[in-house]
Amino acid sequence: MARMTMIKAINSALDNLMQRDETVCSFGEDAGYFGGVFGCTEGLQAKHGLNRVFDAPINEAAIIAMAIGMASNGLRPVAEIQFSDYIFPGFDQIVSELSRIRYRTAGSFTTPVTIRTPCGGGIYGGQTHSMSPEAFFTHIPGIRVVMPSNPYDAKGMLIASVECDDPVIFFEPKRLYNGPFDGDPHKPALAWSSHEKGEVPTDHYTVSIDKAEIVRAGSELTILAYGTMVHVAQESVRVAGVDAEVIDLRTLLPYDMQTIAKSVNKTGRCVVLHEAPRTSGFGAELIAQIQEDCFYALEAPVVRVTGWDTPYPHAHEWAYFPGQERVIRAIKQVLEG
Amino acid sequence: MKRNKNNNNTGFFVPEPAARPGEKPDFSRIDISSPGAVPMYKIDCAAKQTHEFADGLIRVLGFDGVAGGDWDPKLDASELLEMLRLISLTRTYDERMFKLQRQGKMSFYMKSLGEEAVAVAAAKALDDEDMVFPSYRQQGILFSRGRDMVDMMCHCISNSRDNLKGRQLPVHYSWAEGNFFSISGNLCTQFPQAVGWAMASAAKGETAIAASWIGDGTTAEGDFHAALTLASVYRAPVILNVVNNQWAISTYAGIAGGDQASFASRGIGYGLPTLRVDGNDALAVYAATKWAAKRARSGHGATLIETVTYRGESHSTSDDPGKYRPKDEVKSWPLGDPLERLKDHLIGLGTWDDKRHEKMLTEQAELVRLAYKEAESFGTLREGPLSPTASIFDDVYVEQPWHIRRQRQDLGV
Repeated sequence: MARMTMIKAINSALDNLMQRDETVCSFGEDAGYFGGVFGCTEGLQAKHGLNRVFDAPINEAAIIAMAIGMASNGLRPVAEIQFSDYIFPGFDQIVSELSRIRYRTAGSFTTPVTIRTPCGGGIYGGQTHSMSPEAFFTHIPGIRVVMPSNPYDAKGMLIASVECDDPVIFFEPKRLYNGPFDGDPHKPALAWSSHEKGEVPTDHYTVSIDKAEIVRAGSELTILAYGTMVHVAQESVRVAGVDAEVIDLRTLLPYDMQTIAKSVNKTGRCVVLHEAPRTSGFGAELIAQIQEDCFYALEAPVVRVTGWDTPYPHAHEWAYFPGQERVIRAIKQVLEG
Repeated sequence: MKRNKNNNNTGFFVPEPAARPGEKPDFSRIDISSPGAVPMYKIDCAAKQTHEFADGLIRVLGFDGVAGGDWDPKLDASELLEMLRLISLTRTYDERMFKLQRQGKMSFYMKSLGEEAVAVAAAKALDDEDMVFPSYRQQGILFSRGRDMVDMMCHCISNSRDNLKGRQLPVHYSWAEGNFFSISGNLCTQFPQAVGWAMASAAKGETAIAASWIGDGTTAEGDFHAALTLASVYRAPVILNVVNNQWAISTYAGIAGGDQASFASRGIGYGLPTLRVDGNDALAVYAATKWAAKRARSGHGATLIETVTYRGESHSTSDDPGKYRPKDEVKSWPLGDPLERLKDHLIGLGTWDDKRHEKMLTEQAELVRLAYKEAESFGTLREGPLSPTASIFDDVYVEQPWHIRRQRQDLGV
């Protein structure tokens, strides 16, 4: 075990994977010699060689297509897209190719590709470095979409993703790279070294990419969150002094409806959180499924707290980010409803 | 040539093809060098050396049917006959399938009429272990690699024996056992994938290379730039083919920038060796592919090949070429017909004659007829049997997740 940031945990996962399986390789913009703009692949080229960890041209379609071709020829590529805001030039390769090759070939060609990409705001990244585009991807049959919320899960889920025979989009909430963040930008930044999920095994292990985790058990309401919002939810619950059950979804496609339904059927009240814009966001899917599966247990309308339906602003970042104040308001609304 | 009658003098320009319906076909833009005009390059030559002839045309078969020049692959009679047989079989198959589509047996079909040599000769120049990433007009590769014709037809009529379980449009073949990658239908996506496949082969220290094909219109896609960049940067063992058959459905090659420079010359800026080949000359296609394959296999990286040909039929069964190009344009096509040219060559060598040719055509037509009869015994699109309905929910993921299982139950299967 060692104290790790999420960056170190991701690095450690890739290191373990490459050590164990010679077909694993990793590439992306600035992800070779330099080790990535956030340092997730730092030192891996020196350790595993230029042929396995290398720089890619600035062309996301090329990066993803290259990964598809490699995977169809027996490799396990891990492609890094520098910011999820930049993934769209490669969207066609994901939507029309990566997700469907198993299906359209009736299983005779498979492409076990993992695409790692940092997402989310809270770092003054403006509209091109803050997006949470997960809902675009949860609408694609044939891929898995996951997002860890801490170093322990990040490592275990990344290993599980690379070892999974389905293609996986692995979102890394970049605000959590160096420490947990409860949504209050005025507090001093926290480090993972003081958080229990910053304790990470140095060896190989996996965390399921099929299961949500109940990070706080409770009885009054259920809060569904993923990525950075898991921490915002926990702190909001503490401040509000309510007995909420907080669920970290971890996997968005296919999401763990069993855990969600069990909790909502128990509490009868639910708040759904995400940083991404509201309209047609992933929360809409969750709420639709909840009303199908838990309608008769519901005591109040399910409420969403999300980013606004605007591009992510720079100067007004904290007016956009769904922080504690808005989460607490939603909790009260649902409890009173 | 200078039509552009609708262009005014504002400076905004929209190119137009040399001839539209009712006008006289005009192929004066096609420069035809004689066999021997383009020299053979050393297998490890600098890419630059090939660039001098990026607008030229590698040819072997003269219009007199005589082979000549540096690029003559000097194939023996049995190899030449085999190519003739495969080109002809592809054409016979296409002809029959097109008619069957017209009779309502298939939802869709695409012929490769007039450009069969591009696929057949390339396939013959590659090794069977090489992975091909084709577009939808290279069915000749399947015949060259010996795929069972009944299986091909079962795919096209999506019946119970379709190896793709009825999930793909007809003609969008996939044949893993024959190292034939799934045809997407989205254009150019396979081009950079082929480079990735080739890189993996190199990374594993294997000798197999990759080859991919796109059309002239598809060169305008961003994935074309992606593929050429990757191929050049990582010196991938891949052959990137642009089949310039002049037409992308109703859009002429000039809309993809083909009037300004040859598609082969696109490779110059990437530092890739470029070969521009007479696509209706099976020997030239064979020789160019062989050269590029040898170069790739010996560690000198990728080659861009433009094969200049003409799409003899509509794009697919869904369009009428009489509405956008002169009806008999194909008759004016200066590079002739690949089947006739190879046949003339073989007759000139004294190993073939019209009588044997006619006999071959008759036998192939019968072969295709019988194959279709057999294919239909496994079902038809309209009357079945098809793959089980429940199979629409399979192969989305390794295992069927809860939400897809629920949807399957909703459908009641």
